[in-house]
Formats: sequence, structure tokens, C-alpha cells
Amino acid sequence: MDIEKRIQELRDRLKYAQDIFGPTENTNVTMLEAKLEEYIAREPSLTKQDAIRQLETLEELYLFLERKLERELSAMNKVRIVRHPQRICLKDILENVYDNYTEIGGQDDYSIDPSMLIARAYITRKRGKKVHNQPVMVIGQEKGHGQEFRNGGSVKPWGNAKALHYMKVAETENIPIHTYVFTPGSYPIEDYPGAAQQIAKNLYEMAGLKVPVVSVISEGGSGGAEAIALADTRIMMSHGYYSVISPEGAAAIEGRLRGGQRAETKLIEQCAEQLKITADDNRAMGYVDWKIGEPDLGARPEHYDFFRKLRKAVISSTDEIVLNVRGVRLFRSIALKRHKGADVYVRWTLESRAKERLVWMRYMKFRRMAQHAYIDKRHWFSRSSEWTGEFFSSLYSYFRYDLLGKQHKKVTELAEDVHAEMQVVVGRSCKLWKKLISKLPFGQTEEHVDKAGLTSLSAWDEGAQSSGKWQYVSPQAKQDRAVTCPNAGAHGCLDQWAPDLFGEWAGVCSFCGHHFSMEYQWYLHNIFDPGSIFEIFSEIESMNPLKFPGFDQKLDEAKRKTGHKCGCMTFEARIEGTQVMVAMFMGAFRGGSVGAAEGEKFIRAMERARKKQLPFLSYVHGTAGIRIQEGTNGVIQMPRCTMAVRRYTEAGGLYLVLYDTNSYAGPVASFLGCSPYQFAVRSANIGFAGPGVIKETTGMDIPPNYHNAFQALSRGHIQGIWDRREIRANLVQALETMGGRNLYFR
Amino acid sequence: MIDIRELLRELREEPYEKIVIRAPHSGRVEFVVTEPGAKVVAPSGTWKEKPGTLLARLEREQNTKPLYAPQKGEIMSFAGIRSGQFVQAGQELLTIRHFLTKEEVISRILLRALSLFCAPEKGKYYFFPEVDIKIKTKGSQTVHVEDGMELFILSRMKRETTVRYNGPAGIIYAVYFETNDSVDRDKPLIGVCPEDQVESIQDVVRRVQSDWEERD
Repeated sequence: MDIEKRIQELRDRLKYAQDIFGPTENTNVTMLEAKLEEYIAREPSLTKQDAIRQLETLEELYLFLERKLERELSAMNKVRIVRHPQRICLKDILENVYDNYTEIGGQDDYSIDPSMLIARAYITRKRGKKVHNQPVMVIGQEKGHGQEFRNGGSVKPWGNAKALHYMKVAETENIPIHTYVFTPGSYPIEDYPGAAQQIAKNLYEMAGLKVPVVSVISEGGSGGAEAIALADTRIMMSHGYYSVISPEGAAAIEGRLRGGQRAETKLIEQCAEQLKITADDNRAMGYVDWKIGEPDLGARPEHYDFFRKLRKAVISSTDEIVLNVRGVRLFRSIALKRHKGADVYVRWTLESRAKERLVWMRYMKFRRMAQHAYIDKRHWFSRSSEWTGEFFSSLYSYFRYDLLGKQHKKVTELAEDVHAEMQVVVGRSCKLWKKLISKLPFGQTEEHVDKAGLTSLSAWDEGAQSSGKWQYVSPQAKQDRAVTCPNAGAHGCLDQWAPDLFGEWAGVCSFCGHHFSMEYQWYLHNIFDPGSIFEIFSEIESMNPLKFPGFDQKLDEAKRKTGHKCGCMTFEARIEGTQVMVAMFMGAFRGGSVGAAEGEKFIRAMERARKKQLPFLSYVHGTAGIRIQEGTNGVIQMPRCTMAVRRYTEAGGLYLVLYDTNSYAGPVASFLGCSPYQFAVRSANIGFAGPGVIKETTGMDIPPNYHNAFQALSRGHIQGIWDRREIRANLVQALETMGGRNLYFR
Repeated sequence: MIDIRELLRELREEPYEKIVIRAPHSGRVEFVVTEPGAKVVAPSGTWKEKPGTLLARLEREQNTKPLYAPQKGEIMSFAGIRSGQFVQAGQELLTIRHFLTKEEVISRILLRALSLFCAPEKGKYYFFPEVDIKIKTKGSQTVHVEDGMELFILSRMKRETTVRYNGPAGIIYAVYFETNDSVDRDKPLIGVCPEDQVESIQDVVRRVQSDWEERD
């Protein structure tokens, strides 16, 4: 009986190894299979003693070859490990890492989203005779060893909303948060609260959480991972992966496959290597703080040593975070630095000043990331002069708007009050005087009423639309041809002549109002005051940090075609005399994808706007998402930029987002989607994933207008839809009326 | 009064619908489908988002417009226009023969034979209790309706209104709504036909169900 059990165990191990190494032939796996078959065939003829002895030899061989296989693991093998049903899941961790836990907001499939698991857990630590139960909020995706209702850890928007809710609860209760990332990616649907918008909300809130957050990554699939992975310490399991896109997705893009076509295994494996998704890669790039070693061929539920190691790791990480922001810490800090998992006791609650320090340190941690992933060729002199310039403008802003501005405001308010008081007194005396005068025969005058003004309709305000005379006319208007509106079938729009359509009518169908795409130059010249655009940070340049084959040429081509060094143009400009900071994402540059250079420019512009107390506008001419060829260097821009947005908004800035053409994926799910003031140009499409990806991942057919701006508005993802011809007037209105208590012009 | 059998005979003689494709505006036409008898498909997808077979391209002022097949069928004939020829708006280009399915034949017959009473506004519709009992026990074809008769109760947003039948007298041949389902405005609620025609309609529908041959 014992022998049978042990043979079954070896069979399972063999099956697991076969699954991990997939379709590719591996001599070691073949040998494991052959040796096991050989033993099974021989076993009935052996004596019990011989059978046990030979089985022991076979088990040793298994151990030896597994160790050998471990050294051969490729990136794609690791992807297969984390996706395997035998991979440890969050429930295993709750059982083995924490001393006690209570699942919150769900039990198996009775949950708003069974793929998101929340638990209140505690860790018991003994100090002498004293026992400390240290509570934590555990949040993570649950794959449930392949349970179908868990959806493979692909969390729906409301699952992420639940996670956010309990992060806020943890903040209220002043207890640390441990998040466990086990997701291939978010479930890409737009139903409220919307995949992208909810991830953006999560990132925004996590950027300011005033409790320690430790994140452990096993399967970190892009936006879905970011929804809970913005943390003070990020630990990665040695056999995990953390990537901007699944290797299959990357292969489909690289191979230009459409309509659910499958990429070749070789191309998928190649993409997995090139994307640098393993723990070692991410550790080397600085996106995870440390790597936690797993047993050979990955951790499975029976590996109790691994759980012990993980327990030590999360405890010491939490200790370290707390000690870094709190008062007395000298010896304990040194002990923890020298030896991860050192046995020290740290109370995990934070006081208000420590909380502020924690948020600041988190910001700085992410701010320092990805510095190697863009090119900044400026001479040290120009860097230092820029720094000096910013310092002085910040100083000027402080004196002009904070110090003097506040005094000026007080004086103005006082003067307003005095004036209002005077008005009351003078008004009453005047009224009395007028009454007296009107009673005299010469004092009676007829009141003049503008009857025409009151009874006729107001005139069309042509001034707001520039009477069709635009500063910049699209080159599309120079073509002598007719254009058909895509809504012609539904609305019966007649063909329009291109010079009229793209010239006077600003690319707006005069029958149904459909907005044809216009070049970003149109917006630059027709929205901002003429000659007011002053470009900044133009030297920052996109590069190929992962040495992705063929990408250098593609980048050069994009740079040559657009005349820009990256897909984001940052500039200061004026609208009706009001100075604004603008980050513009250009669809013409690699589809407006966001990489390290774009992220860095965005953050610098945000910081500059904060220092100069300028309103900030993100004009998204188009973005296809995060630039996949940059791998995690790209995906890390999601938390980085969102943190900059939070810092700016909390300083009293006004952050406006204006979407045009198509805006999808990572940027919408982070620094764009977190704005409280998001508007779209009519006919824009906004969403998380395109129709092909939705069909591929969810199996659902989506209607053609699924990502349309009006749908986004009715789902509550954006706050309004603007006509292209009225953007300037609407921006003026927005600057006058919206948010931002600390803007220079207020 | 219409002759149902005559209608069926007509449909049997010409078991298809002719769809004439005309130029939506003037321009130079370039045919993609060139052979008579070629099979064409209709728009497909849940929202009919995938267009049907591309029949021709019409170019006017450097603006090329595709012309797709609106229905499934085969090309019956071309109107004698050559590729590259200039055509006027509304000019006939080709004709598609769409073979009628059983459902289409039945719906055509019923459309001609029945008088439809449609929902005056969106809401849930119920038959009056006595009518409802009769329908449930003896079937809808035992209910005789007359113009002005109180027939439905419309329930919407916590209010209930009586809806009177408006149309020719007859029996309820078909009920097109389910109790507790919300019915959109102008969607048919019932189909009414004169009592003496019930037999012949039923007979024709039976014959269509059993005999009609569907063609691709």
C-alpha cells in the first residue's frame, strides 16, 4: 500500500514536470518517465525489500533530475508553473503563513467576485511570556487550484472595488495590508465601475494609503496586478512572473495575428524571454525589492518550508517598513537589514507623522524607478540650470501665491466685506431718496424695457466656434475628394467635400456630428493662445531598454516620422491668458503607447505644475496602452504616474483629462482614469481592452459601440463629451469652475 | 377579405424575394461579384456588425464606397452595366434573388391575413382577468374581440391603465408577448383575424411547415 502511494506521488511529480515543460522535448523529463515505467513493470516480480530499495533509488533520481530541470527553466516554463493548478494559491498561504484568518465578503462562489479574496488575519508573535497577535488585512487574487468559478484569478471590476474598500478599512483600523498577486490580468469589461476606471481608482487610493503595504507577486499580469500591487515593499516569488502582457498576447501582437489566431509556440517562448518577466529580471531592473526562493520547479501546497520562508519575509518586510518611518529603531533596523527575517518585535501601528513619512517614502521609491529605461542626453549644466530654474519658480510661487497671495487674499476679502456693508447702507439711502424724488412731478420717468431683447431668441454664438476660421487647417482639407460619414447608413448623412469637412467644419460631420480624426497639430494651434506653447523636457527620449529585437528600428522610424523623441509632448501654454501645463499623448508615435520616457516626462510635468501652481491638462490624442516592448519598464509607469497625479491633486491642483480618438488599457487604467474631471471629444473610444481581447478572454461578443464616448459617459467613466469646435471655450469654463484650491490664478 | 390559398400559390410560384441593388449616388462602378448565380451572404454577427458580401465599389470624387449584399441569396441578373461605367443615382446595378425560408413565408402570410394590435407604450401587458382565464383554459382562438373592447391592463411604474382593443373584429389568432415581460412601444401584442378565416390560415401554415422546401 505504501509503495503504491509512493508510486502515485512519483506519477504526479512526473505529470507536473511534463506540464511545466510543455510541448518541447526534454531528455530529463523523458528519462523520468522511462525510469518510472521501467520500475512499474518490474515491481510485481520484486521482493518487498527490493521493491522498497529500488523505489528509494528512483525517488533520489527524481530529486536529482528535478534539481537539474530547475536549472533549465525558461521564462515560459515559469509562466506554466504559476498557471498550474498545483501552484500554491492564496488560501494555502492564509492557512500556512498566518496564525488565524477570517474570510471577509465571500465564501467560495458566494461572493461578489470569487477571484478576489479578502481576509482579516493575524500573526502571533511571542516575546518572552507575552503573546502579540498582530492583525493584517490580506487581499489577493484567488485561483483556487483551477476552481472554475474563480475565473483563474481574473478579477472583475467590482472585485477590485471590494479590494479597495477593504484597503480603506485597513487604513481606518491602522493595520498593515498584505497583498498577494495571483492574476493573469483583469477581466476586461466596461460594466460599472469599469475595469480601467476601477484599477485607476485603486492605484490612486493606494498611492496615499497611510498603512504599510507589502505585496507578494506570483503571477503579475499587467493592470490586474497593479490594482493591488502598489506597495512599500514588493516581494516576488522566484518562479513567478510580472509582465506588461501575457507572452501569448505579446506573440499575437508581434506576429500581427488577428481574429483569435494562435501564435506559434516558438514565438511565444521567444516573447516570454524578451519581455524579461522573471523574478531575477524584475529584481535587476529594480521593480521588486527582493526575490523569495521557491523549492525546485515551484512551490506547491505541500512545501511547508516555503510557507515558513514566506511568513518570515512578510513579517520582516512589514517590520522594516514600519521601522523606516518611526522613531526608535536603530538596533532593530540594523538587525533587519543584515538578516532578512531577523527575530525582532515591531508594533505595526503608525502615528500621524509616521504615516505622512510612509506615503512620502512610497512616492520616492516609485519616483526613483525606471531611470535607466529612457535617454536623457542633456549636459549636466543644462540639468542643473533646469533644476535651479524650477527651484526659483517654486520659490517665486511660494512667495507670490502662498506668502503674499494669502495676505493679498485676506486684504481683498476684507475690502469685499467693507464694500458689501457700504452697499447696504448706501443702497437703502438711495432707495429712500429715489422714492422721494419719484413723488415729485418732475421726478417721474418712464422705465425703459428692451422688449425685443426679452421676446426674441438669442443669436447663435459664432464667436465660440471661430466662425470656421481656424489657425491651423488640416492637410486632409487639401485633398479634392468627397468623404463618407461612417454613420451614413444610420443617419443618412450625405457625402461631404474634404476641404469643407476638414477645413471650415473642423472634421465634424455637418449632418450627424460625427467627429473625424484630426491631427494633434490642429489642437495645438486651435485650442491654445497663438504663440503661447513652450515645450519642456523635449530632450527625454524613448529607448529600447529590453533590447527587444527590431524595436530600435521601429522607434527610429516613429521619431523620424513625428519629429518627436517620444510619444508624450509636455509644454506650457496659455488659454485665454491662463497658463496651463499640458501633457499630450500622440497617437502618431507608436500608437501613443506609454513607456518609461513618456512616464518620466509626465511626472516631471506634474511636479513642475505643482511647484508653479498651474492647472494640468492631459490631452490624449490617442493611446494604445503601455508599450509592450518595454515590458515592466512600461507597466511600472502606471503606479508611478498615478502617484504623481495624487501628489499634485492633493497639493490643490486641477487635473483635467481630455480623450480624443482611441484611448485604451494601462494609461486609462491609471493616471488618466483617476482624474475626477475626464472629458472626451465626441466620437472618441475609451476602454480597457479592445473588442478582440474581450472576445478572446471572456468569450463575449460586444456591440460595435461598446467603447464609444457616450457609452463611457452613461457608465459614469467620463464626466462629459465635448464638441471639437468648443474645446477651447469648454476649457476656459473648466479652468474657471472646476477643482483646484491652490492654483496661481485663484 | 384576402384569399390565403391564392397567396400561398403566388409564393410557391415565386419562392423568393427580388432585391434590386441600385446606385446610392452617381459615380463610377466597379463590380466585385461578376457572375450571375454567385452566392452572396447577408450581414451577420449579433449586431449585424459584419457586412454581407462585397458586391461592387462605387467611386465618386475619389471617394470609394463599398456596396454590400443586404440579404442572403444569389445574383439573379446584372442590369447590363460594365465595370468602370459611370452610373446615375438610383440606377439599377444588379438583382439578388433571396429564397424565402419557412418563417419568412409564414410571417408574410400572417402579416397579410392578420390584423396586428401593437403596444401603445412601453410596459408590462396583461389580459383582462376574464379574457386571461379564457385564454388559459380554452386557448386564445376562442376569444372574440371587437373594436373598443377592454382587453389589456398596462402596468408601468406603479400605475395600471386599461387598454382598449382598436381594430377589426375577430378572434385572437396569435399572442406575441409573455406575461411579466416588458414590451416595447409599437411591438405587436396580438394578431386578430376574422373567424371564418381561421381554418384556412391554420391549414396554410401547416402546409408551409410540412411542404415548403428551403433553398440556400
